Amino acid sequence: MGQIEWAMWANEQALASGLILITGGIVATAGHFTQWYFGAYSIVAGVFVCLLEYPRGKRKKGSTMERCGQKYMTAVVKLFGPLTRNYYIRAILHLLLSVPAGFLLATILGTACLAIASGIYLLAAVRGEQWTPIEPKPRERPHVGGTIKQPPSNPPPRPPAEARKKPSEEAEAAEGPSAGPQDNPIPVTDEIV
Amino acid sequence: MGNWAVNEGLSIFVISALALARAPAACLNFNCMLILLPVCRNLLSFLRGSSACCSTRVRRQLDRNLTFHKMVAWMIALHTAIHTIAHLFNVEWCVNARVNNSDPYSIALSELGDRPNETYLNFARKRIKMFSRSLSSSMRMCACEAWSNSGLPVTMPTSQRKLRTQSNKNPEGGLYLAVTLLAGITGVVITLCLILIITSSTKTIRRSYFEVFWYTHHLFVIFFIGLAIHGAERIVRGQTAKSLKEHNPMECENKISEWGKIQKCPIPQFAGNPPMTWKWIVGPMFLYLCERLVRFWRSQQKVVITKVVTHPFKTIELQMKKKGFKMEVGQYIFVKCPKVSKLEWHPFTLTSAPEEDFFSIHIRIVGDWTEGLFNACGCDKQEFQDAWKLPKIAVDGPFGTASEDVFSYEVVMLVGAGIGVTPFASILKSVWYKYCNNATNLKLKKIHFYWLCRDTHAFEWFADLLQLLESQMQESNNAGFLSYNIYLTGWDESQANHFAVHHDEEKDVITGLKQKTLYGRPNWDNEFKTIASQHPNTRIGVFLCGPEALAETLSKQSISNSESGPRGVHFIFNKENF
Repeated sequence: MGQIEWAMWANEQALASGLILITGGIVATAGHFTQWYFGAYSIVAGVFVCLLEYPRGKRKKGSTMERCGQKYMTAVVKLFGPLTRNYYIRAILHLLLSVPAGFLLATILGTACLAIASGIYLLAAVRGEQWTPIEPKPRERPHVGGTIKQPPSNPPPRPPAEARKKPSEEAEAAEGPSAGPQDNPIPVTDEIV
Repeated sequence: MGNWAVNEGLSIFVISALALARAPAACLNFNCMLILLPVCRNLLSFLRGSSACCSTRVRRQLDRNLTFHKMVAWMIALHTAIHTIAHLFNVEWCVNARVNNSDPYSIALSELGDRPNETYLNFARKRIKMFSRSLSSSMRMCACEAWSNSGLPVTMPTSQRKLRTQSNKNPEGGLYLAVTLLAGITGVVITLCLILIITSSTKTIRRSYFEVFWYTHHLFVIFFIGLAIHGAERIVRGQTAKSLKEHNPMECENKISEWGKIQKCPIPQFAGNPPMTWKWIVGPMFLYLCERLVRFWRSQQKVVITKVVTHPFKTIELQMKKKGFKMEVGQYIFVKCPKVSKLEWHPFTLTSAPEEDFFSIHIRIVGDWTEGLFNACGCDKQEFQDAWKLPKIAVDGPFGTASEDVFSYEVVMLVGAGIGVTPFASILKSVWYKYCNNATNLKLKKIHFYWLCRDTHAFEWFADLLQLLESQMQESNNAGFLSYNIYLTGWDESQANHFAVHHDEEKDVITGLKQKTLYGRPNWDNEFKTIASQHPNTRIGVFLCGPEALAETLSKQSISNSESGPRGVHFIFNKENF
């Protein structure tokens, strides 16, 4: 398993745990279970975990599929710098978040899942992984005419009339103005394909 | 709490949540039975072979086994969620009833079983003792007093009863149930297994880190064992038939304080319902066990690698022989290399034709396992390798519906996009062999082959195959049999210049073939019209192995370019599920 980045799986697991925490919390709160305030906590913790884990980190090798609309959360998560980049901190954070939800049966599944996610993040951190945001690549503008500094001062060189009868194709005649109109190191024609 | 009397004669102590939990449980029984079946690929092969009488379309459905497996998995997840949530309410209310935090009827029902010669109804038996925080409401105390006044035998004097009613907290009771009852423990454990299986089966993880997916998926063993014993403790209770005769819940519902005193309403007796799940899942579990045994047995069969060819751009070809191996065009096999990994099987499309005396696969080196195989076969070394150094290989298969339909048309259009071109290697070779052996018997007269890819790097070997076919056809003076068009969709400016320079040369600069490579995507309308004009009044089969979007395009083009009458050209679109 040389190539695996554990953080990817930890991310999926944590996202699922967040959703389970929210569901368990809603059940406990809406059903007015005893000590339902743990359920309310669970909803808040679940939402926080979901928001934190929604933006996928960039993989070291290969391309990463972004989640739909994740760029907004990426910007927010990026702001916290090392707090969110470092997986040790994430592991501890998830472990701490999962503990209060363990007091209620409705949310204990969320606790267990989040604790497992925390464990996988710990493994990822031990192997030196980090969360890097996926940046949108700046669109490369086609550099048309990037090398043309000024318009040519000489007319383009033309071969004698006989040579023009049999046109051979040449690529990229975008040469700058040459030294002299008659001397051409490479035969050029006016036919550019 | 719900109404005990309202449950179609089952007379179960019904909280409305119980029915809501039992319904998904029934669905789960069915789904868990179904989920193991589509992954028994040898069983499916057997079914496919024995249903040779049915049309190909029917057999094709067996190729969609993984889609079905995933659908059933989602259903299991959904039903588990409903089941769990319903039981959470169930447990909450049962514990509440037990600790007297509920209506008198439920409390009284929960008391059943406390005394000797009584069977319990509420599975929350134990009262957890805790210190009280505040005085409970007077309402509850009144309820208790009422009972003790009515003469129901009570085990405690009233004053002590007051202390106990005040002092019980629910969550501990619920948690206690979860860890002491078999249903609780198995429920939590198998739900956790299910969640782990689901999170490691997402597309990202599956595609990038197959090992995680594969090994975590084996948690299903724990899932099924837990599922089978989940109901063994029989805590879902119903009134026994004998008791129903003596005690009619409809009549005695309102006389709870008189139960045991009047003749019409003796104390009702309850028993647990026997677990049913094992009856559903034992069959598929046995079939799956057989499947794994068959795979193991097959893997012990000797497979000899006769040749290993390294192709450019990280592709290797393995030519193998196995006793009794029979294949058809377009099928695939699963390959295991114990030297690389003892448990992993990976699928590869067969690229050889059935007429050849070996079978071959082409493998692109993209992940851990393929790299391991690359090294095990000695491909990283330059010098010639001895045959005995080659690793042992296990092969399972071949699987998949054969694409024999190709041979039932006179003219075919074969379209392969990207990696979808691989099965066509097998088809083209087979067609060629059939042509060489017995040209007159072959119905197929002309193949129009389209190969679309970003760049041909990954499939240099296929270009070599085309070159070989091209030269062989020229030799036998049948250059027109196969016309192929290669479209490179991933060209850029620097490549374009190169192409433009060498436009006039005889052989194509990229592939070395006589027919030129084209750039960009084909104009399907033009293509179809050209072919239609070349072959009027024929049925032309269109075969695609590629992405869905292309399938839509081709399907539409096939329909729009077919003439409406029975005579005239018809394009019949077949999507291949290689």
